[in-house]
Amino acid sequence: MTTAVVAERSVHSGEGGMLPRAFEVRARRPELADCVTLEMAAVDGRPLDFAPGQFTMLYVHGVGEIAISISGDPAADATLVQTVRAVGAVSKAVCNLQEGQRIGVRGPLGTAWPVERAFGKHLMIVAGGLGLAPTRPIIYWALANRDRLKSVAIVYGTRAPDQILYAPQLLGWSNTEGLRVGITVDRAAEDWSGRVGVVTDLVPAMLRDPAETVAMVCGPEIMMRFGAQALLDAGVPAEDIHLSLERNMKCGIGWCGHCQLGPHLICRDGPVFSYPAVRDLMTVWEL
Amino acid sequence: MDRAADTSVVTPAGGLDALIEVLRARGYQVWGAQETDGALTLGPIASASDLPRGRIEAAEAGTVRLIDGPRDAFFDHTLPMQGLKRAVYPAEERLYEVGMDMAAEEDPVEAPPLAVLGLRPCDLAALETLTAVFEDGPFVDTRFRRRREALLLIAVNCMRPAATCFCASMNTGPRAEGGFDLVLDEILEDDRHVFVVGAGSAKGREILDALSGEPAGEADLKTARAGSRACAEAQQRRMGEDVEALLKRNYEHPHWAAVAERCLSCANCTLVCPTCFCGTVEDRSSLDGAQAERWRRWDSCFSLDFSYLHGGAVRTETASRYRQWITHKLSHWHDQFGQSGCVGCGRCIAWCPVGIDITAEVAALAAAERTAGQAGKEA
Repeated sequence: MTTAVVAERSVHSGEGGMLPRAFEVRARRPELADCVTLEMAAVDGRPLDFAPGQFTMLYVHGVGEIAISISGDPAADATLVQTVRAVGAVSKAVCNLQEGQRIGVRGPLGTAWPVERAFGKHLMIVAGGLGLAPTRPIIYWALANRDRLKSVAIVYGTRAPDQILYAPQLLGWSNTEGLRVGITVDRAAEDWSGRVGVVTDLVPAMLRDPAETVAMVCGPEIMMRFGAQALLDAGVPAEDIHLSLERNMKCGIGWCGHCQLGPHLICRDGPVFSYPAVRDLMTVWEL
Repeated sequence: MDRAADTSVVTPAGGLDALIEVLRARGYQVWGAQETDGALTLGPIASASDLPRGRIEAAEAGTVRLIDGPRDAFFDHTLPMQGLKRAVYPAEERLYEVGMDMAAEEDPVEAPPLAVLGLRPCDLAALETLTAVFEDGPFVDTRFRRRREALLLIAVNCMRPAATCFCASMNTGPRAEGGFDLVLDEILEDDRHVFVVGAGSAKGREILDALSGEPAGEADLKTARAGSRACAEAQQRRMGEDVEALLKRNYEHPHWAAVAERCLSCANCTLVCPTCFCGTVEDRSSLDGAQAERWRRWDSCFSLDFSYLHGGAVRTETASRYRQWITHKLSHWHDQFGQSGCVGCGRCIAWCPVGIDITAEVAALAAAERTAGQAGKEA
């Protein structure tokens, strides 16, 4: 099971749990106006072997540390790929790093998307906004495992056409056999010929056989709530719906207490949860 | 299970100084409770005369004062303001210093042997609770472990509760069942003042062997056990039953808003709590920016910043922060670490500036739930 693999890995890196490894920025690619993808490599050459859904703690010298999901191909782990939106002091500093500069990395941390559950079934990814970044490793994985999946659907919603993350890749995937891509935006000018509306509206239309579908949902919390509900309403079993949650994290390894959501420590028990494990908690006021 | 008579000795009250000497000779610094600025604190002591002999706490919700007790016992007081947490998890420590090359090396842990004399059963339980957090998860906090392993724990079984104590209802006291190296029972009768000293580990046994004393007789052991029983019975507060499920049933109960009208969100409870472990990290850099230091320090779920996520804090209101604290402590802790996060020491009750009482809030919530249930049936 995925959790067991993660736990085993964590024990191995348990010594010096708060100590980062030195990585070097090898490439910096602006994505959206406030979003950057960094490609990083370990200075000691040792790859960061991760499973889709896991995250790292990225440390910018003298500024601070933040939890960021890994966005790269799990089969190409010599390069650590992460997409960051500049919203706070640390994420801005991460986005401003240039090629050749160093960054501290702890991880991989947390639970993984249980992708093997989709073998022999339809796989649906429902992503909102920057939520496409933590699900991209699933897409890479699905491309490598297409013959073991009935179909793969990517349902993506974002605010506006200029807010479509990984747009060229999405176009490429939409032209790939076995992959279906649906995109919707909240608002658009007249030159947008695509769909306008919320991502939850697109979910039923893109489902093939709901009872035989495994769904991975990532985006703003409110979008995940309604996205998961839409999947459930369409007939996807609750235990086959998985979400990636987010809370403030200071340590990422279960010691700081910041990322609690009710009984869960999101860094340790998540970030990926099955929907039944968090469904009721997500509607509790200020939990 | 009580230790067998043949592993215990009886030593006169003056034997405490002999014990301190034995500890010193083995390289231990010795900490104990002492009276500092009108409060009990835990810190280095030179001899038994530094202990707050004859003094007891007059504690109630929102207040704790030291007063003269009815007799000349060394350990009729109960708890220093803070427990052992500081000794194993410093309020602030540097983790590493790092240059622009990001080649970080962890700061070494200074953990000289430390003997703590007079630890209460609840504080021993709190150490085990913290150990579960920092050592039993997927990641082991080796800094915590090194400091814990440097400890020699000399417990004292309580003979007298403070009014804020409720360890009996948390099953953590007033008699220590294990987790100590040595354990003392103080017996003060008309003309006789002795300690029954028992060992709980090989380290403790070795120290016990270096002390002079008579093998403990059944009469003294019986007196000691009776004292603990009386102490349990004398406790005025208790934690309600079924609290783990009660809190989970009532995330959105209006009672939290009622507590928030009193709660100052000051974090005193989390600072004196011997198990509150939440922490944060901080960066400090040199003026030229070339060197950076990373510090870890205590944090509190009562601060607004604690739950900050892009866009704002998750817990903006005092009601949700108090609910987080008490629900984590008494309910979610079971899910996260397989036990309660509360050891019944009562410090949060005494040191709350407005006298919020964790046992009373649980009772009030349970009563409100019962009343609502009855009203529902009648309607």
